[in-house]
Amino acid sequence: MSGTQATASTARISTFLLLVVFLTLALSFVALIFGATVVEQNTEASWVLLLLGFVGVSLSTYVLFQTRRRLSKLKIVVPPVVTTIECKKCGFKNVREFQRGDYIFKEGEPCQKCNDKMLITAIYREVKDKEKNRMPF
Amino acid sequence: MSIIAAMLGIQNQIGQGLLGDSSLGWIMNVLFYVIFVVFIFYGSRIQTYVMIREVEGSLYKLKYIKEEGRKMAVETIKEIGKPQTDPTAKVDRFLEYFTIAPQTLDPAGVVWKLEHILDVRDERLKDEVKLMAPAADETQANNLENTLEAAMALNFIYKVIRHFYLLGKKTLSLYIIMQIQMILPMIMREAEAYASALKAFAFGQPIGDGAGALVAAKIMHGYETKKIEKDCVVSTVPFEGRTAFVIKAEGPGGNVGKPGDAIEHVIEENNGKIAMVVMIDAALKLEGEGLGEVAEGVGAAIGGPGVDQYKIEEKILKYHIPINAVIVKEDTGDAVSPMRKEIFDSVNTVVDRIKEVVLERTKEGDKIIIAGIGNTIGIGQ
Repeated sequence: MSGTQATASTARISTFLLLVVFLTLALSFVALIFGATVVEQNTEASWVLLLLGFVGVSLSTYVLFQTRRRLSKLKIVVPPVVTTIECKKCGFKNVREFQRGDYIFKEGEPCQKCNDKMLITAIYREVKDKEKNRMPF
Repeated sequence: MSIIAAMLGIQNQIGQGLLGDSSLGWIMNVLFYVIFVVFIFYGSRIQTYVMIREVEGSLYKLKYIKEEGRKMAVETIKEIGKPQTDPTAKVDRFLEYFTIAPQTLDPAGVVWKLEHILDVRDERLKDEVKLMAPAADETQANNLENTLEAAMALNFIYKVIRHFYLLGKKTLSLYIIMQIQMILPMIMREAEAYASALKAFAFGQPIGDGAGALVAAKIMHGYETKKIEKDCVVSTVPFEGRTAFVIKAEGPGGNVGKPGDAIEHVIEENNGKIAMVVMIDAALKLEGEGLGEVAEGVGAAIGGPGVDQYKIEEKILKYHIPINAVIVKEDTGDAVSPMRKEIFDSVNTVVDRIKEVVLERTKEGDKIIIAGIGNTIGIGQ
């Protein structure tokens, strides 16, 4: 399940939304073209039209990218879980990926150094916190 | 309304000041009046449509998560349980399973009624899992039960959100759709947490909720354990010159046991001569608090429907036993997903805190109870 991508059928984008986005995009382009053509006759009006055009283009492009991002976000991400196995006799430690059947305090495979039975002492997942120390509170 | 006023101001400027009497000015004027009228009469309707779209987006995601959960449950049953027939139909039936809470019009004795209903539910679910996965051993069956319960929770969340979405769409009522849209971020967080819990349960990995059970396991490890009241184990451990009865649910299968019954049993076995009860559990943290932070207090630290908490409180009141609690802070997502390193590392701090409490509040030779509460999946003893 880890990292599975969503199928297109599960994450359908609404046609209504696409229609609105493309309509805004088209109108914004018209505003940009019109603004550029009347720049000689009425400078202030052309600036307003150019501004409206730019805002429209940016907004519709942003919405389009957002819908794309929403599609790619539709997946269940499961971070890797690690198992720590320790030898109580010689202190040898081994960290490996979790395997089905592992549990904390399970006597595992024999030690590579002293051949004594090793013990699973930890099973956890490590997450790199992106938001760490960003908040002042 | 202030936005509309500002828009009107702008349109006046554009229409009269910038564009003069040109046709473009007239078009802009008409356009702004049309927008103004539309917003006055259809503002809430537009807002409703926007909210419906937002809920719809989340509903697609929930549907995907729910389907993945169901698929994972079926695959795990096939892999572990080796059933003779396809378990999909049985899984689908299991996902629709419900429990009716007892009537509380006359609240006297409701705890016992609730306990009975929960026992019946538990037995029924265990039997269903055995039928679905005949080759699974006890540990695997417990893990499968947890996996199915996570899938069940996802199915329920999806259906509730779908209900409000469809009702909102049918009635076009802003207030119906608004109530679900407002709590949607929290619901999505919970659903994502259950989604990552599915793999943890299916694979038997320890989860954040097992922090209390892990503390108890650390203290009792190496000592003889005895099975007691429903799915719990107890160890008698010398602890800082005192005798500690360390209790936890029996691992490593996914199981919370009945710590209320276990504590009751140990107190009665010692004729109430217990100097102190210390309970350790995972607790919900507030935003801004650190993951794995340890805090100390008094009271019965135990979640769930309240039956166990009631039993513990009744018993400690009968013998006037002081009760202390040590909690490990984590959010809902961390509680049901594979245990994070921060929570694992906090276990040693919890043990130190328990030592401090015991040294400060009891005398040498006293008998104490240390109860590690939580799901013991992936944690032995």
